Amino acid sequence: MSELFYIATFVAVAATMLALTRLHPVHALLYLVVSFLAVAMIFLSLGAPFVAVLEIIIYAGAIIVLFIFVVMMLNLGKDTALQEKRWLQPRVWLIPSLLTLLLLVEMVLLLLRGSKAPMLVSVVAPRNVSLSLYGEYIIAVELAGFLLMAGVVGAAHIGKHTKKNLHRYLQEEEDIKQK
Amino acid sequence: MMHSFNAHTVLVVAALLFVLGLTGVLTRKNIIFMLISVEVMLNAAGLAFVAAGAQWHQPDGQVMFLFILAMAAAEISVGLALVLQIYHQHKTMDVEDLEELRDRPNEN
Repeated sequence: MSELFYIATFVAVAATMLALTRLHPVHALLYLVVSFLAVAMIFLSLGAPFVAVLEIIIYAGAIIVLFIFVVMMLNLGKDTALQEKRWLQPRVWLIPSLLTLLLLVEMVLLLLRGSKAPMLVSVVAPRNVSLSLYGEYIIAVELAGFLLMAGVVGAAHIGKHTKKNLHRYLQEEEDIKQK
Repeated sequence: MMHSFNAHTVLVVAALLFVLGLTGVLTRKNIIFMLISVEVMLNAAGLAFVAAGAQWHQPDGQVMFLFILAMAAAEISVGLALVLQIYHQHKTMDVEDLEELRDRPNEN
C-alpha cells in the first residue's frame, strides 16, 4: 500500500503545482482533475474507499463541471492567458511564495518530530461511516442540509441575470448626468 | 516488515497541498484561479481529517470530510454565481478592479 501512497502523493503535488501555475483556465482545470484523482488514490491507500469515490464523483465530477461551465459562459480563452501572463510577474509571486514556504518548512519540522510508528491501515467500510453519520452526527447532517439549501437559493438569486432596474427618480438623475 | 508511511507523512502531504493553495490565493489576481486555489485548500483540509480518522480506525474523519465536501459545494456554487455577476457588471476578472466599496473622502 505504501508504494501506492507515495506515487499518488507525487502525482497530487505535481498536478496541483501545475494547476496553480497555468495561464489558461481550462489547462488549470484539467490539471486540477488529475490532482483530485490522485488525492482519491491517497484516500484509497488510507483505507477510506467511500471517501475516495465521493472525491471523484463530487470534486472531479460536479465541481470541475461547474468551473468549466463558467469558463465556457464567460468565454475565457487566449485573452485571459495573455492577461495572466502580464499579471504573473516574479515580483508579484516571489515574496508571498517565500513566506508561505517558510511557514511550510516550520510545519513540516513540527510534524516530523512526531512518533515514527508506521500506520496500520485498515479499511473503514461505508457501513460504519453511514452508521456514524446518521447516528451521532445527525444534527450536523441537518445543518449541512440547511447550508446546501441556502447555497442553492443564494446561487439561483445571485446568478440571475436581470437588467438593471432603476427607480424613476434615479433614472431621471442618470439622464441628467448623461446630458 | 516493508517500508511504510506513518500518519505524520500524510499530514505533511496535506500541509504541502494546503500551502500550494494558499500561495495560489495570495498570488493570483484572476477570481477563477483564486476559487480553484480555495478548492485545493479545502481538499487538503479534508485529507488531514481522513488521515486522522484512518490513524485511529474511526469513521469520524470520513464524516468530517463529507461535511467539508458539502461546504465546498455550497461555497463554489455561490462563488461562481458571484463571478458571473461580477463579469457581467464589470467586464473584468481582476479582483483589484472591484473597489466600489472603497472609501474615497476626496470625491465630490
